[in-house]
Amino acid sequence: MSKIKIAIASGKGGTGKTLVAVNLCRIASESHSVAYVDCDVEAPNGYIFLKPEFTESLSVQQRIPLVDLNRCTGCGRCAAICQFHAILCLHKEVMVFPELCHACGGCMRVCPENTITETGRVIGHIDIGKADSIHFIQGVLNVGEPMAPPLIKAVKNVSHEADLVILDSSPGTSCPVVETVRNSALVVLVTDATPFGLHDLKLAVETLRILKLPFVVVVNRADAGDREVFSYCSQEEIKILAEIPDDRRIAEAYSRGELIVESIPSYRPLFASLKDAILREADLNSGRSK
Amino acid sequence: MKILISSQGNTPDSAVNPRFSRAPWFMVYDDALQTWTAFDNSKGMDVSRGAGIQAAQTVSDLGARVVISGIMGPKAYKAMNAAGIQIYIGASDTVRQALEAYQNGKLTLADEKSASGV
Repeated sequence: MSKIKIAIASGKGGTGKTLVAVNLCRIASESHSVAYVDCDVEAPNGYIFLKPEFTESLSVQQRIPLVDLNRCTGCGRCAAICQFHAILCLHKEVMVFPELCHACGGCMRVCPENTITETGRVIGHIDIGKADSIHFIQGVLNVGEPMAPPLIKAVKNVSHEADLVILDSSPGTSCPVVETVRNSALVVLVTDATPFGLHDLKLAVETLRILKLPFVVVVNRADAGDREVFSYCSQEEIKILAEIPDDRRIAEAYSRGELIVESIPSYRPLFASLKDAILREADLNSGRSK
Repeated sequence: MKILISSQGNTPDSAVNPRFSRAPWFMVYDDALQTWTAFDNSKGMDVSRGAGIQAAQTVSDLGARVVISGIMGPKAYKAMNAAGIQIYIGASDTVRQALEAYQNGKLTLADEKSASGV
């Protein structure tokens, strides 16, 4: 069996991505070899619920330019090509602002004197371990680092033997989310049934349509808000695979760092059928793209 | 010598824009010729990151040796300081009044601590 990658994303924050991702992992691990990959590198929290034992830690570097000022003529071409203002040339003073660098290598290419080489800069690390049978991988971005995508890319590239990969995304629709969902067989958008949830769900849907990625929706706290999310999904022909009720017991268990499928077993069927539906959808879509 | 002041508008009577790098206009005063020129910084206003560095590049390109603003961010400070540009903060009122305050020695020279962006 080849690997199936499922990304759990949202749009709005606090809708229940991690709730869905970790419970899905636990249920799926009973029938599949599963990897949980926490791509929310600015605030990874899946470990709180799956309680992995880490066996390995890798530091992740980003490439940044290093200018040989002795040979630099101050022509300013490096600064002119940099779209991110990460390199600056004021008269003969060339300065690199590493946290703004996107590691594109443009400055090195345009330097007529070949004075620019690359050096590495640590931006974060990856923890690798096991939570029972679940392969657990998380990225941790260093505090103050503005750029998550290079770390997310490295997190996704960690090799493991699992055949079902659950990627837990950060909220929003910006670069870290795009990097996380890229190449997924299916994206599961978790929303809540509120006007805010709907607003940000629409943004996420637009993003995924541009990326041409198949997606489905899970509505959390489905009975707490209004019905607008449901009418939007039916209008746009978006499948809702599960509705999680607004149950205080879920919130309490979650706040204690517990898995819902373990502490409230009556929710097992909901997550089990969600898992089946997700695998069915992923399979359907992989067939379609072939 | 050219003196650059971050401004809300494109005349010397416009209000000083307190945020240097994201100010909509830069007013440049040439004290040898006693003339004002306005530079449109709308490009710097909307940049998501690195506004300070872009502004420093602009200052250098315009040939200003003194910069006057309300608040200065750390990156703009670091870049302009390295290029030997004098940076004054704490300016308010109109651009013209800020220039007078500078000429009368009433503005503070920024240092690494005060150029924190707040």
